[in-house]
Amino acid sequence: MTKQRIVVVGNGMVGHKFIDTLITDDSVDYDVITFSEEPRLAYDRVQLSGFFSGKTADDLALTDAGYYQEHGINFVLNDKVVELDTNNNQVVTSSGRIESYDKLVLATGSYPFVPPIPGSDQEHCHVYRTIDDLEAITASGKVSKSGVVIGGGLLGLEAANALTNLGLETHVVEFAPRLMAVQLDNGGGALLRRKIEDLGVKVHTEKATSEITTGEFCRYRMNFADGSFLETDTIIFSAGIRPQDELARQFGLEVGQRGGIVINDHCQTSAANVYAIGECALWQGKIFGLVAPGYQMAKVAASHIKGQQLSFSGADMSTKLKLLGIDVASIGEVHGNTPGAQSYTYNDEIEQVYKRLIVSADGKKLVGAVLVGDAQAYGTLLQLLLNDMTLPENPSVLILPNTGEESSAGLGIEALPDSASICSCFDVTKGDIKQAVAAGCSSMSALKESTKASTGCGGCSALTKQVLDVELANLGFEVNNNFCEHFAYSRQELTDIIRIKKISTFDQLLNTCGTGLGCEICKPAVGSILASYWNDYVLEDAHIELQDSNDLYLGNIQKDGTYSVVPRIAGGEITPDKLITLGQVANEFDLYTKITGGQRVDLFGAQLHELPAIWKKLVDAGFETGHAYGKSVRTVKSCVGSTWCRYGVDDSMALAINIENRYKGLRSPHKIKFAVSGCTRECAEAQTKDIGIIATDKGWNMYVCGNGGMRPRHGDLFASDLDQQTLQAYIDRLLMFYIRTADRLQRTSVWLENLEGGLDYLKEVVIEDKLNLAAELEQEMQVNINNYQCEWKTTLQNPEKLKRFKHFVNSDATDSHLAFELDREQRIPAKKEKIQSIKILQLTE
Amino acid sequence: MSQWITICKHQELSENSGVCALFEGQQVAVFYCKRNADLYAVSNFDPIAQANVISRGIMGSVQEQAYVASPLYKQRFDLNTGICIDSPEFALKTYLVRIEADQVQLKKAG
Ligand code: SRM
Ligand SMILES: Cc1cc2nc3c(=O)[nH]c(=O)nc-3n(C[C@H](O)[C@H](O)[C@H](O)COP(=O)(O)OP(=O)(O)OC[C@H]3O[C@@H](n4cnc5c(N)ncnc54)[C@H](O)[C@@H]3O)c2cc1C
Ligand code: SF4
Ligand code: FES
Repeated sequence: MTKQRIVVVGNGMVGHKFIDTLITDDSVDYDVITFSEEPRLAYDRVQLSGFFSGKTADDLALTDAGYYQEHGINFVLNDKVVELDTNNNQVVTSSGRIESYDKLVLATGSYPFVPPIPGSDQEHCHVYRTIDDLEAITASGKVSKSGVVIGGGLLGLEAANALTNLGLETHVVEFAPRLMAVQLDNGGGALLRRKIEDLGVKVHTEKATSEITTGEFCRYRMNFADGSFLETDTIIFSAGIRPQDELARQFGLEVGQRGGIVINDHCQTSAANVYAIGECALWQGKIFGLVAPGYQMAKVAASHIKGQQLSFSGADMSTKLKLLGIDVASIGEVHGNTPGAQSYTYNDEIEQVYKRLIVSADGKKLVGAVLVGDAQAYGTLLQLLLNDMTLPENPSVLILPNTGEESSAGLGIEALPDSASICSCFDVTKGDIKQAVAAGCSSMSALKESTKASTGCGGCSALTKQVLDVELANLGFEVNNNFCEHFAYSRQELTDIIRIKKISTFDQLLNTCGTGLGCEICKPAVGSILASYWNDYVLEDAHIELQDSNDLYLGNIQKDGTYSVVPRIAGGEITPDKLITLGQVANEFDLYTKITGGQRVDLFGAQLHELPAIWKKLVDAGFETGHAYGKSVRTVKSCVGSTWCRYGVDDSMALAINIENRYKGLRSPHKIKFAVSGCTRECAEAQTKDIGIIATDKGWNMYVCGNGGMRPRHGDLFASDLDQQTLQAYIDRLLMFYIRTADRLQRTSVWLENLEGGLDYLKEVVIEDKLNLAAELEQEMQVNINNYQCEWKTTLQNPEKLKRFKHFVNSDATDSHLAFELDREQRIPAKKEKIQSIKILQLTE
Repeated sequence: MSQWITICKHQELSENSGVCALFEGQQVAVFYCKRNADLYAVSNFDPIAQANVISRGIMGSVQEQAYVASPLYKQRFDLNTGICIDSPEFALKTYLVRIEADQVQLKKAG
């Protein structure tokens, strides 16, 4: 039997998918040849913009010559099919090659529409469709200062992002009155515009370009129909796409009125042995400009050729994406074309979030939705639409903040809805993690590999781990709380071992109950436990190896390897003289100076060898280390209180200073922050701190386990109207109990959420002393307080330790790789390259 | 043929952690593991964070294999091969290191 000869015109995403589908099922052999007008085989056009963040043509490739050869697929690059003869079943290419076929597959995609504007064909006018286009845009970017994108649709905004990444002043010119007119309604478009303008991109709507001429200040001048104009050096046209149906049109296949090759449910065109798939195909009057429906068509056509019966039944065009870092989603029908439809709108101008739900006339079904600024509800809403589910009684809860699914107020991980974003770098939700765990990921490393969660900035790793543990437990796995491969114990168990056996060094602990050399997980954690109990000097020889670089050099390491210097400024109160000293020191060492979010001053850019000299001056002037580098007490934020404030009911300033001096230097599972406010106006934001204290007319109210940061949590009222002594006893007990029982890197907020019995139990332990531990906990705190030392002061007195503060062990030279520049009159690290491009995450299938 | 060059005395090394040495114009991180009495020398430049910080990382082991975790973003580099365990497309250069009569000496590998 002779093989069927299949000719595939176009080797884009869909053409390749078709071939791939055909060859993965090798039951029948076909003789396949594909032609591409482009100089390369199929690549990932959806990720095209990745080209600007460093992806190469190779990274984007979906296949390679080797793979095609191995499967006997013939391919011809750089050769366009220009003639089609459906009577003789032949095609002719621009190089004159004639190929006959049994089955012909047209996968010619679409082409960018360039409006017929005089002057639009000049050297630095581009479109945004192929790798070649992007190479040309990059070349233009090098010789341009500004760029304009004509068209404010989805692709236009991607192109605008590319121009900003190339460092150009960027404009978007849109004919319609709003951005993304197809996907968004007025409100969504308006908010998107505001957000994009906040990023520095200039948006001009309702502008029709009438001609492009030579500019006065820039290369080109665009004249608009309303008489205004805009000058620019580069232009990208992104005014929509048109199906590439030229062959069909010229050689007698049926095409739609507004273009597109007409196909039936099997993707056959008007000639039965000719198929059309992907963006060139018109099904029931619709073109699908997304890759997923194209892939569906590829499968349908391949199955039909093999004599099977898949059919194409349309596709959902809902999309969710990040444009210039902004979440945008559009679901279903959003332009009010459904008779009787009603809508709910949530518009938060402060947080810049816009959400609109469109529901059927009877209020029972979802018709469409627009989300801008917060697309968390996308998954839920899409499910409701696709499954034609009945809406909840009051559909507005679907778009109101925090009520997306089950209420999550104040509850632990379990209460987070599946749509909750856990890793924002890679857009991984709790649901994604659940799925991965169900599919067999049982460790952080497996989870990272399969979801990418926590492989970016790493800021979500604790949260990711918690979701993992909860899911494993839900699936009935015993969750292994082991620290790491070196210790088969949880942090709490190790704490008990250290406390009860009075272990004082890592070596002793390793010999008692560990194996191997330790690692960056267990070492700092053990260092922290040892410090919490014995409060030794952290740079004691035996402890040196345990310290993260920050503790090791008593400063916070910065991106270039220099350190920051943060002296303690208890309660945020500082004398003018001390302020002057800070200024003098910063001046002398040319340190970048900033007021921190914790009411103190941070000096940045100190090199290792400069740290001792800097701290010498600070310690001599009466400063102490601020422990900004440690998992330890950080700051006690204050308000000025009754001393000055006309509303103050008590001396919050004195209490803040008092507390900071009492607990300074205390090492703990994670950092600890306090705040004291002088009245209920709460200017110190005490309810967002681990321990928050607010003055009342009868004493002090104590709030516990609040958190700012990544997952904010309001503190819970723990006790009211306390006198200072009782307050102090409660804090002593609560903190030592936290130190004993929390996991590593677990803030008090998360600790409480995971504490069995919750707030009530904590009150029983701390206030009612149910475990009979109060005296012991207070005494442990006292040991800590008695052993307090300013680590910098101790270090400065020890010449041996000071030797460590040199870049080289064998030379006084410094790190020649460091480079600085001036910005707003201060010294900052030299920018190595333009800030990394804003990541664009695309929805593919 | 390259030579062994002395960089410092044994006691100048830091037990179970690293120091940075200037060796023929290059920055080399030298680690001394007291637990298994081993020495390792790798380049000090973290190719991921693009900074000279490797000597300030924490030493550890994964299945008996010694590594250093960069202090900036915590990627782990095998101390014997220099290869990044977390992203094997990156690697540190490795150097030969020994102690001769209390002197720590380095030599170019290969
Ligand atoms: C300097 C400062 C920013 C500033 O310029 O103002 C800062 C800088 C850093 N913060 Fe912060 N945070 C600073 C105030 C805050 C605040 C505001 C506050 O304290 O009122 C918060 C939210 C409050 C809270 O902690 O609940 C805050 C929440 C975080 C978090 C998230 C913690 C969380 O539980 O979600 C991290 C990441 C972490 O610790 O894992 C973080 C981590 C960091 C690190 C350590 C990141 C790093 O590893 O390099 C930065 C160290 C900089 C340095 O070298 O000194 N920083 N950070 C502020 C120092 C305050 C101080 O005087 O000590
Ligand atoms: C920047 C960008 C971002 C996108 N983002 C998304 C997204 O987030 N989500 C999504 O779903 N979709 C997205 N798309 C759309 C998606 O890329 C397309 O839907 C998909 O590529 C269509 O595949 P196709 O094979 O039909 O067409 P194409 O991939 O365009 O392939 C057609 C190929 O055929 C060639 N060709 C045409 N005529 C001939 C001829 N006569 N002879 C030989 N060769 C010919 C063309 O040169 C081209 O190589 C994006 C597109 C772009 C440009
Ligand atoms: S928010 Fe905090 S951790 Fe993040 S960049 Fe600013 S200072 Fe650094
Ligand atoms: S938020 Fe997950 S890695 Fe950055």
